[in-house]
Amino acid sequence: VPFDVYLNVAVAGLLTGLVYGLMALGLSVIFGVVRVVNFAHGEMMSIAMYLAVVLFSGFHLDPLIMLVPIAAVMFVFGYALQAGLINPFITRPEHSQFLLLVALAIIIVNVLLIIFGPDARTVQTSYAYDSFQLGHLIVDASKLYAGAAAILFAGLLFVFFRYTLVGKSVRACADNYTGALVVGLNVNRLYALTFGIGAACVGAAGVMMTLIVDVTPIIGPTYTLLAFVIVITGGLGSMLGALVGGVLIGLTEAFAGLLFTPSAKSMFAFGILVLVLLFRPQGILGRRTA
Amino acid sequence: MTRKSRSNSARISRRAFSAGIGAAGLAAGIAPFNIARAQGGPLKVGVLLPRSGFEAGIGQDCQRGVDIAAPILKSLGLPELAIVNGDTESSVETARSRAAQMISDSAQLLIGAFDSGQTTAIAQVAEQNGIPLVINIAAAPEITDQGYKFVFRNFPTAKMILGDAFENQKQVFNLVGTAPKTVVFMHVNDTFGTAMSKGINFVMPKFNMPYTIADEIAYDPAARDLSVEVAKAKASNPDALLLVSRLNDAMLITRELVKQRWTPQAILSMGPGWYEDQYLKTLGKLSDGPLSFVPWYDPNKPLSKKLEAALAVAYPGINLNTNHVFTFEALLVAADAYKRAGSADPKALADAIRATNITDNVSIGPGIQFDATGQNTKVKDGAVQNRDGKVVVISPPSAANAKPEWPLTSYQSRT
Repeated sequence: VPFDVYLNVAVAGLLTGLVYGLMALGLSVIFGVVRVVNFAHGEMMSIAMYLAVVLFSGFHLDPLIMLVPIAAVMFVFGYALQAGLINPFITRPEHSQFLLLVALAIIIVNVLLIIFGPDARTVQTSYAYDSFQLGHLIVDASKLYAGAAAILFAGLLFVFFRYTLVGKSVRACADNYTGALVVGLNVNRLYALTFGIGAACVGAAGVMMTLIVDVTPIIGPTYTLLAFVIVITGGLGSMLGALVGGVLIGLTEAFAGLLFTPSAKSMFAFGILVLVLLFRPQGILGRRTA
Repeated sequence: MTRKSRSNSARISRRAFSAGIGAAGLAAGIAPFNIARAQGGPLKVGVLLPRSGFEAGIGQDCQRGVDIAAPILKSLGLPELAIVNGDTESSVETARSRAAQMISDSAQLLIGAFDSGQTTAIAQVAEQNGIPLVINIAAAPEITDQGYKFVFRNFPTAKMILGDAFENQKQVFNLVGTAPKTVVFMHVNDTFGTAMSKGINFVMPKFNMPYTIADEIAYDPAARDLSVEVAKAKASNPDALLLVSRLNDAMLITRELVKQRWTPQAILSMGPGWYEDQYLKTLGKLSDGPLSFVPWYDPNKPLSKKLEAALAVAYPGINLNTNHVFTFEALLVAADAYKRAGSADPKALADAIRATNITDNVSIGPGIQFDATGQNTKVKDGAVQNRDGKVVVISPPSAANAKPEWPLTSYQSRT
């Protein structure tokens, strides 16, 4: 196989991995703070994907332009979901939380199926078939834009959590729940805010994903599983770990397809997961807990 | 006192109530079945298709063949069918359980299910219960190699598809005066794709094809991204792509061909996907050019014209295709057998299906007849090409309505 093929595959894997990473970042943020595992994560992403498809087909609004508005809508959705539905379950056993979110996931899939039907829908932007050529390297324009937007969005999130007062408060909640209550933080509001931010992340990832893949109502569970693989590989609760895990899984899938057989791509991604669980259970960038 | 007395006189014990409900249910369950048999009412036909899941697009397309069937069957003097729809959810296990459920709900004949894996599971259930299954679309040879007595297939096996595909490809190469020297064989890794992959090694040498297979690439039919697969195929620098696909992956491959700036001489498909209506409509002018060597309809047959007209009324803008044709023909076989059997008795129906001899049909070939294994050996494939959002027949000459265009127009010049 010529070298340029390796290069092309590596770049494609890296860019797709960045979008995967942003999607998983939402899951990691939610778990890291609220300590609820969002089993409806991929399904929430499919809501954002359909919003992008509807806005494009109805009003010709480019998904990249609609990235922030759709992320904002998903923020509101996530905030309301946490404040209204999930918050009462915070102190309940984990299996109750699991059932609640799985039920939510099933409801989302079926509502989308009722509204949009089972056919795959796509966003045919003016740059949908564009690619950039640099010597032997051909870069898919949609993937490049999506990857760049993922880096930008993740960067903004890092800045928010590190340098803003609200971001610091959220981190305080994650580090010491009791301490946060003692100093007078409104933990319930911060939890809802965090869930909203996680939903906004997955919403942004979903919008970018519409540039790369077709959307169907049943796409959600696949991405929920993928987000889990990435987050566990990168380190549950670690924001940077989610991005690193996303890139690693993106590259693994790409090179497994090239060097072995494409039909075994998922096998290699899960192989990485098994190795991480065996030799570094806290994930690549995760912190070991007692 | 009075109130108590009234209450007592009107009260029905829980046991009596349950017994009454049970008896009513039993009567309701059995009565229509008996009436159907005794009075020659409509045959209860369970149609199992992947209406949701990753094959939903094709499953729902097959359903269009069901939707337009009733008036055409009536015009042919055939008895009415009572259709019960079932969804396999593109899953083998769901297909199995839905088939069992349909039979327990008194379906007298089953039709389905587009996908070989799902159809294999349904065939097992139908055979175990002694209920005839007429396969609309499924090509894995094993389905009719099991010695089943109640399973019939009006669709070519993978081996037949391959044989006809190679024959029709040579016909096309002769017509255009050129042929590819190398191809990369890309196929889905489901039951159908694997059967085709196995079959190609046995069948291809017999046809002395002008090309060799430079590489074989198997991929998941539910794949979200096929950029690596296309990059790998491109690296082999073949003249053409030989494919066994489904719908979504056919669209993904086309998009990657455009993005990776590669237009092979030809796309030679030996499965679904490339001629589907959704493929044509979603990709627009990028959909033009691929050649599909598949079971198809003979546009010159009178019944084809009826079917085309009915589809145009029911679904304006949708092209008649394999999915509609073979699903319709499965119903045609069922109605024809029911008429001749004069009964919904499963064994009588199976015997009547085995004796089928329909010459006024839609698909390419002389008609519908089943051999001892339940396979229609008369059905033939055609070569079709996408042109301006329509699908034209290139080969065999008896069914052709256009000449082939070769090579593919560069994708870059179309965007």
